[in-house]
Amino acid sequence: MRRWKRTHLGTEADRATFRTLHNASLASPALRGGLTVDSAERAAPHLQALLAAPALAITDTDGLLAWEGIGTHHQEHVTKLAEGTLERGATRFYDRVDLECGQAGCPLHSAVVSPLVVDDHLVGTLQAYAPDTSAMMVRATDEVATWVSGQLELAELDASRRRLMEAEVRALRAQISPHFIYNSLGAIASFVRTDPERARELLLEFADFTRYSFRTHGEYTTLSEELRSVERYLLLEQARFGERLSVRLSVAPEVLPIAVPFLCLQPLVENAVRHGLADAQTGHISIRAADSGTECVIEVEDDGAGEDPEKVRNALAGGADSVGLGNVDARLRNAYGDDYGLVVETARGAGTKVILRIPKFAPGVHP
Amino acid sequence: MTFDSAPAIVAVTLVTLATLTIGTWGLRFSRTTSDFYVASRSVRPGLNASAIGGEYLSAASFLGVAGLVFTSGAEMLWYPIGWTAGYLVLLTLVAAPLRRSGAYTLPDFAEERLASRGVRRLCSLLVVTIGWLYLLPQLQGAGLTLELVAGAPRWVGPVLVGTVVLVSVFSGGMRSITFVQAFQYWLKLTALLVPVGVLVAVWGSDGAPRATDLSQTWSMPMGTDGSAGLYATYSLIAATFLGTMGLPHVGVRFYTNPDGRAARRTTLVVLALLGVFYLLPPILGLLGRVYAATPTSADTLVLELPRLMVPGWAGDALTGLVCAGAFAAFLSTSSGLAIAVSGVLSQDVVVPLLRRRGSRFGGVAAFRIASLVAVLVPVAGALLTPSVGVARGVALAFALAAATFCPLLLLGIWWRRLTAYGAAAGLVTGLVTTGTAVVFTISGSRTDTWADVALSQPALWAVPLSFAVMIVVSLATAAHVPAHTTRLLVRLHTPEPTVEPAGPVVALQQR
Repeated sequence: MRRWKRTHLGTEADRATFRTLHNASLASPALRGGLTVDSAERAAPHLQALLAAPALAITDTDGLLAWEGIGTHHQEHVTKLAEGTLERGATRFYDRVDLECGQAGCPLHSAVVSPLVVDDHLVGTLQAYAPDTSAMMVRATDEVATWVSGQLELAELDASRRRLMEAEVRALRAQISPHFIYNSLGAIASFVRTDPERARELLLEFADFTRYSFRTHGEYTTLSEELRSVERYLLLEQARFGERLSVRLSVAPEVLPIAVPFLCLQPLVENAVRHGLADAQTGHISIRAADSGTECVIEVEDDGAGEDPEKVRNALAGGADSVGLGNVDARLRNAYGDDYGLVVETARGAGTKVILRIPKFAPGVHP
Repeated sequence: MTFDSAPAIVAVTLVTLATLTIGTWGLRFSRTTSDFYVASRSVRPGLNASAIGGEYLSAASFLGVAGLVFTSGAEMLWYPIGWTAGYLVLLTLVAAPLRRSGAYTLPDFAEERLASRGVRRLCSLLVVTIGWLYLLPQLQGAGLTLELVAGAPRWVGPVLVGTVVLVSVFSGGMRSITFVQAFQYWLKLTALLVPVGVLVAVWGSDGAPRATDLSQTWSMPMGTDGSAGLYATYSLIAATFLGTMGLPHVGVRFYTNPDGRAARRTTLVVLALLGVFYLLPPILGLLGRVYAATPTSADTLVLELPRLMVPGWAGDALTGLVCAGAFAAFLSTSSGLAIAVSGVLSQDVVVPLLRRRGSRFGGVAAFRIASLVAVLVPVAGALLTPSVGVARGVALAFALAAATFCPLLLLGIWWRRLTAYGAAAGLVTGLVTTGTAVVFTISGSRTDTWADVALSQPALWAVPLSFAVMIVVSLATAAHVPAHTTRLLVRLHTPEPTVEPAGPVVALQQR
């Protein structure tokens, strides 16, 4: 049965191609972690198989990261060969003279060293060692080095995307609008004479709110903390708007301990307040959090002017119209996968409802 | 024996309505800003403990214990002792670290700890198996109860319980599941406490007669048939002490606690609540010895006793109350299990299947499909397989949990050298050994040899075997210890700070 299947898996050339692709796919996940000792050690065996060389080394600009195969005493040459190649910036070929090791019977007489290039910067080398070198070998090493460089560039892209996300969270933290600070302090000031006790309480709420929002540690928090911050925000807004703003909150206590991305509700509630009171004299906002099996469903709703769905789609796709919405959406997808993006139900004149689904557990997500 | 079925039918209807009502409307409260802080208060340990008690006290506790004590004597007291003491093990070794791991289900814990999708799937399979094995006797017990008290055919009970569970899941009733389950605990306690009080008073006014045929062996705590009986007792103790932590509906409830400290406090209250409850069934068992000559089955003693001892309307009322409690037991345990099993099914089976077929159902739809499967399979099983007795059936589920999840949890929390391979090997070992025992017991081929005893109470040899396999295979694959192990274990074992750290304020001043 097995043999029969094998004979039908294509010609020898086809199978060689499959093997090559398979080895490449095995090496790829490690390389996507960037160029480190760990990733190099995990990728090296597959790259060695890919090149069919007796020995293979990966270096960064400082020295050896991983050696795979026979003749480990040649590790002393690795740095010198790497420096020579990095100086030239192109694939180089070394022979017996450069690889003098003095050990009888050592078959490694020649090496092909190709530079690894990410964004036009030399980041390391790929070195293939063999008894003798053919033009094929040089060509193959060069190609593999180019492919590895491509993977490393993707890794760099992942890393910069993550950095961007972190920068956006930092931006959100710093983004407490000057208007909000000004208006809150103004509202508090108006109570200082008439109701000093309330003014004092509001001032404390304001302090706690800013303290939470400027928090510098942790990518995640609990829903209970996030809701508490939202409550403080709404208290301050209510001090300013008084009867104009009414809020309904219904939260299932079971979902309060769930881990959520830091500041994932705050921007949505801010939007709701802004939209809810935009054209109307009074605005109603409702925040619901309910238990739903393995996940929690949170809804933030206002009865304001609504929004053009096309515009919302734009904002979610990363347009600059609404920093908050797109950012929250991106962070949710980043943490929980694409199934967990924001859902926005809106139309002109029909209010807006934003729905978040948060799984109760996701690997690596904890406050 | 025939009964006037009116009180039973009224009681069952009331319990069903109350459950659905609290489930659907219990939490639709809304608050204005002035009450905000009330709304964001998490579930307190007392309430959560009542809910755990409500979900945990199944038909086996409500009906089975009294019946077993009645038929087999004091030896059977190990069941309630083990079911309570399981929480002691949970309290000291598992509760707080499990909560701090952030895992919602046991497969979640396996994935977080071992970073392996394979072990996760294995755990999902186990959760579903244990859940169904536990549901089976609940549903059969419901059939038995309704047959006895309302003269209904045997299939009515399982179908009715299954329907109510599904209705409450579909109508969103699980949204306030904590309140429903807490209500069920107090209902069950009342439904035993009041009859026990009345019956003990009746017994006193009868001149406190002693049971006529209390043989020497009936009051012995260690079984009757020599070393085999001793083995069976110890094996039962092992299964119940170590199995509690591996029950799917128990682990899920701990997620509701805000942190590890609350998880411990909750467990402590659970111990007290269970301790109080389990005082009652043995009293009924003993009273049965005095007043009832021959009940139709061990599981129905609790239902029959009130009318045997108290004639007239008072007996009817007590029977109704006991029926209400029994039905609450079926409903709460079944819905807790159904929700736990559906959660795992939807996460690890339905959602991946739907995604593979290109459909993008939301989580709610997937959960509903999963809950249909989770309820229909055991209902069908309850109708098609013969009953093994509520308490014994549940004991098998405990043995399976003890031989699989207990080693995984204990080693996962307390031993940093556990690997995914070791865990998988141990889980498979536990599943195969206790699975064989389950099939053997359900098929009902009984002889009185040692092999038979060892298979009907497998925990005492199966649990150490799983531990051994898990440890040996882990040591053999020591290179595969997950890289994040130390960091994770530090997180699991570090107590939460009692006050908010003051750091951020300083950060604010720097700006």
